[in-house]
Amino acid sequence: MKSLGIGARVETLPKWTKIVFFVLLALFCYALPVLQLPLITTPDVDFGGVLFTVALYVLIALGLNIVVGYAGLLDLGYVGFYAVGAYSVAVLTTEHGSVPYLWTIPVAVGLAMLSGVLLGAPTLRVRGDYLAIVTLGFGEIIRLTAVNLDWLGGARGISNVPGPPDICKVTEGDVCRQPLFEIPHLDWSTGTPLVDLNHQTGFLDFGVLDLVPYYWFALTIVILVLIADRRIKDSRVGRAWEATREDEDAAELMGVPTFRFKLLAFAMGAFVGGLAGALFAGNSSFVSPLSFLLLYSILFVAAVVVGGQGNRWGAVVGGIVVAYLPERFRSFQDWRVMIFGVALMLLAVYRPQGLLPPRRRKRAAQAEREDQATHTPTTIEGAT
Amino acid sequence: MTEKVLEVDAVTLQFGGLTALDDVSFDINEGEILALIGPNGAGKTTCFNVTTGVYRPTKGTVRFQGKSLTGMKRHQITRLGIARTFQNIRLFRAMTALENVMVGGDTRHGTGVLSALFGLPQHRREEQEGYDRAMELLRFMGLEKRADELASNLSYGDQRRLEIARAMATGPQLLCLDEPAAGFNPAEKQALMELIRKVRDRGYTVLLIEHDMRLVMGVADRIVVLEFGRKIAEGLPEQIRNDPAVIAAYLGTDEDAS
Repeated sequence: MKSLGIGARVETLPKWTKIVFFVLLALFCYALPVLQLPLITTPDVDFGGVLFTVALYVLIALGLNIVVGYAGLLDLGYVGFYAVGAYSVAVLTTEHGSVPYLWTIPVAVGLAMLSGVLLGAPTLRVRGDYLAIVTLGFGEIIRLTAVNLDWLGGARGISNVPGPPDICKVTEGDVCRQPLFEIPHLDWSTGTPLVDLNHQTGFLDFGVLDLVPYYWFALTIVILVLIADRRIKDSRVGRAWEATREDEDAAELMGVPTFRFKLLAFAMGAFVGGLAGALFAGNSSFVSPLSFLLLYSILFVAAVVVGGQGNRWGAVVGGIVVAYLPERFRSFQDWRVMIFGVALMLLAVYRPQGLLPPRRRKRAAQAEREDQATHTPTTIEGAT
Repeated sequence: MTEKVLEVDAVTLQFGGLTALDDVSFDINEGEILALIGPNGAGKTTCFNVTTGVYRPTKGTVRFQGKSLTGMKRHQITRLGIARTFQNIRLFRAMTALENVMVGGDTRHGTGVLSALFGLPQHRREEQEGYDRAMELLRFMGLEKRADELASNLSYGDQRRLEIARAMATGPQLLCLDEPAAGFNPAEKQALMELIRKVRDRGYTVLLIEHDMRLVMGVADRIVVLEFGRKIAEGLPEQIRNDPAVIAAYLGTDEDAS
């Protein structure tokens, strides 16, 4: 008898239980930085900052999962869209304008999508390995353009990029003097949780020292993207993507305009990538070509593959693994990259389908259970 | 007067120096089962690929309901009303049986990202419609219990039937089946031919490729025989059975034997 995984169990729950489950999960995620749970909390780096990075990687993995996982298009230049998003924000808010941060996000996302379509329209006619090479080139072109254009800050980058506006009771200039309310953190140093009034997070005070509000902002976007992802995947669009991935010729002959749907996958992926770039720029306040190296494209693909291509929860897990583990084990310093590499290799050998590969749907799991129920005779039936 | 669904008009197809089809013409009438037979390598599947838009004819035209297919994209041809199955099964293996059929049904749907995102009424209606229709087709094929199985986990025979269901879901006027009984034992083949007759009775016109002569005789209304890319005979099953050219093609002539 095969036991069901956590995901399959959740899938078979009644609808309202499921909603409650996800709401609790979301609340837990929001509470993570103030709970400061031992073992999970990173000992050497600011936990709020780490959580923001994790949320950012999860977002990127979700976006890339649409392209690589659903539509089966290997994109090795995904960092390009991320860069377009980040630079759009930086240029509009600081270098060549003073548009408020939040207004630049739609522009950043729009430009990222446009670059996705511009890249996809000529290149999506080639398949497989060729597409990977062309996208690889795209990522590098974006970075090299940024290095060589003074208009984009050149190699020194653009600094002083503003973040989201504070929602604040008393402000002085740009600084929030008194936030709406403050949320105390927990202190576990004595073994039991104590409310730590010395460390408080001002609610929606996007300051320099406390990155927790940025994390909340990013987490909210991750949740929205997850919901959107689910709705699109369970529609004609998601089916067309999967059919194209499975057999492009057969899909075409079943009436799927494969080129148009591949382009759509590219645009949707670029949308999320650009969004992530805009978040990054607002948080780090500094954008330079060094943030968009080829290495990151590979790391993003690693996140999707580690998690399990084609499953949104796999992408979430992959993003967490790739962003969180190196920060958690920062004390190993020079060894951590190697440990990470070894972990990836072990994973490739023992679990090539990823940590959470896509699963059959709810009713498949249900049917399996029913099968088990009918095939396991109960003692009562046996006795009569 | 019966309506012509498909007209293949003097089609020649060359791959470089090789002539795969040589001046082939035939029509398919509405509501009939037309079988395309011939020895291995006679050009049956090639002929099929020309009618479904995979290959462009070098010369000649293919007309569907009076409309030339020249220059049309493959998915447009499917939307027009020609659907097909594949000789070597080509299902979407990592998708469930139900999803496979729903992909076919989506040919007739028009919802995009936004209506799916916001759950607009059109999207909901089409999803429900697609689901109902797919389940109905699976039931017709005897696959309703397998709806949530991955296509790759189905048995060989179920995969063949699923391909037919998927093609039917696109809502075609003309259903092209490329050796749907390949690899079946005689009893299974017989059952499948019954099924094809039932498909026709639902109002589909069927173009069937099969090289088992006896099997075809029982199910086809008319037969076209190909050999070496040329049409050598066309007619009712009885006529074909007694046609000397067909007998020669299948059994060899006296000169071959000596």
